[in-house]
Amino acid sequence: MWEYTDLVKEHFLNPRNVGEVEQADGTGDVGSLACGDALKLTIKVDDKGIITDAKFKTFGCASAIASSSALTEMVKGMSLDEASKITNEDIADYLGGLPKEKMHCSVMGREALEAAIADYRGLTLPMAEGEIVCECFGVTDLEIIRAINESNLRSVEEITNFTKAGGGCGKCEDKLREILQRTVEGKLEWIKPMEKPKKMTTLQKIKKIEDVLEREIRPGLRKDGGDIELIDVDGDFVSVSLRGACKSCAKSQTTIKEYVEKKLRELVLDTLIVEEN
Amino acid sequence: MELHNDAVIYMDNNATTRIAPEVLETMMPFLADYYGNPSSMHTFGGQVGHALAKARDQVANLIGAEPEEITFTSCGTESDSTAILSALQTYPEKRHIVTTRVEHPAVKNLCENLDRLTGHKHRVTRLKVDADGMLDLGEYEEALTDDTAIVSVMWANNETGVIFPVAEMAKMAKERGILFHTDAVQAVGKVPINLKDLEVDFLSLSGHKLHAPKGVGVLYVRRGTMFVPFLTGGHQEKGRRGGTENVASIIALGKACDLAAERMDDENTRVRALRDKLEEGLLAAVPRSMRNGHQTERLPNTSNISFEFVEGEAILLHMNRYNICASSGSACTSGSLEPSHVLRAMGVPFTAAHGSIRFSLSSYNTEAEIDFVLAKMPGIIESLRQMSPFWKGN
Repeated sequence: MWEYTDLVKEHFLNPRNVGEVEQADGTGDVGSLACGDALKLTIKVDDKGIITDAKFKTFGCASAIASSSALTEMVKGMSLDEASKITNEDIADYLGGLPKEKMHCSVMGREALEAAIADYRGLTLPMAEGEIVCECFGVTDLEIIRAINESNLRSVEEITNFTKAGGGCGKCEDKLREILQRTVEGKLEWIKPMEKPKKMTTLQKIKKIEDVLEREIRPGLRKDGGDIELIDVDGDFVSVSLRGACKSCAKSQTTIKEYVEKKLRELVLDTLIVEEN
Repeated sequence: MELHNDAVIYMDNNATTRIAPEVLETMMPFLADYYGNPSSMHTFGGQVGHALAKARDQVANLIGAEPEEITFTSCGTESDSTAILSALQTYPEKRHIVTTRVEHPAVKNLCENLDRLTGHKHRVTRLKVDADGMLDLGEYEEALTDDTAIVSVMWANNETGVIFPVAEMAKMAKERGILFHTDAVQAVGKVPINLKDLEVDFLSLSGHKLHAPKGVGVLYVRRGTMFVPFLTGGHQEKGRRGGTENVASIIALGKACDLAAERMDDENTRVRALRDKLEEGLLAAVPRSMRNGHQTERLPNTSNISFEFVEGEAILLHMNRYNICASSGSACTSGSLEPSHVLRAMGVPFTAAHGSIRFSLSSYNTEAEIDFVLAKMPGIIESLRQMSPFWKGN
């Protein structure tokens, strides 16, 4: 059970400004169905640069819906310059606070607003251009660094609460810790490439596994009219799918365990467990 | 029966159940008056020991076991850990374990941490499930090897209610000389179990899933099975589980097992009919909704339904306004930001996994409650869909 303020509950049960503005001047689409929450914000802007109307459509939990409702109430009547100064903390404050695990809902509101304003101004947002750190939720290092600076984050848990990064398989935790350390110490330049972390992240595992599949394994399988596809990496569990002749081969289990798993353990990580999907 | 808005409509019995009034009555004297230690020499404590013995008989009766095969624990999770770690210590040279991708976290997370717990590297095979949540016995047979120490497969899934063919799987393991454990926490009391007819070596059950209190569980260990305790200490439970017994709760569990045996028919007829009415009613009334899990190979009390394009927590909180209690496999309710591993293993699309609601009934549910839920749910889903950017109408 999440502990919501009365204001969150009220905005969730009676959301304001649901829908889409007709002939919107700016649209912000953030999140996705896969991630579990998504927000489409549409705004109407007059010739003086004032937001005259704002509406939302949200797929998500109570705090995502309440944050969206609050956001639309906040921006109506604001100039674009004023609106672009709204932070996720402002949205959470408007609602009397959000549970810390749900702060990412307010971040989603802020991102949608930025996207809608950028859309109106015909700009592209720089945030999406960073390097993906959290594979599960597609969060970039730039987004993480920004959240750390803006919301004064001091732990990996807080980063997850605000950006969702690290909230899936959890395998990017070491990388998050490293980003946190550097950002807090002020040593990390925004665009400077990351140093190689000590432990392998999921992303690195995927890249390395793909590489070994391509160089070492596929050529052999293809000779027999088969193929292999990497489906998923969940911790040390590597999920693959055999294709072509391999798929119906009676020895497919042996192929996976004796050949694929052995090679991957030898060349990538000796703790990997290969499963057929 | 007339329904009031302040009456709780409890359809979350796979999470926990109410303590049956008869059970509460039976256990109370052991909290209030008979507080002796069953291990004591004096009559005051010794009589408590007799009450424990009776509870052991009652549990054994429900699952077709011998009293000496019953060990009381603190919960289902402890029973699961005890069984699996015992098997791995019994056969330290065997380094393989077979389980499924849809196990309860009690087994799933244990299997992910075996290396740390035992100090050895283990190979874990997690069997796949199909779209109905069913296993492929061919894959299972191939997975069994001479290196396999134990198979751990749940009897029934907590999220979907899907029942696995435990009898056949245990037999196949036995033929290969492999120990077999089943987490039957959701199955005990809902489907008949007779361990005398089965080749199961270990079985876990939990009190609070069958109208006994939280904090008591059972590990069944087949007579003659090698056993290494998880909690060592005093000589309680014949040395199989150290620690002073949770007397009142164990006695409650005994009574609850008697009640479960009496209500088994009701569970499989009346409760099943209520479940079916609820499920069919919802699927008919709400477009783009679907059942998760096999239609017939399933517990009689469980229905897991996905409502596409809406999110589970939001649904639950709207249901909460009407005092309807259920669960969801959505990310926001799991605390992990990802939807249920069970639904993902079944290949339920994300459009549906986030909007899954589990209704789990008990013999305390009534037809009036089902009618009430059927009246409220379509409106809840519709109002959330009107708000969803992915909803394009029917």
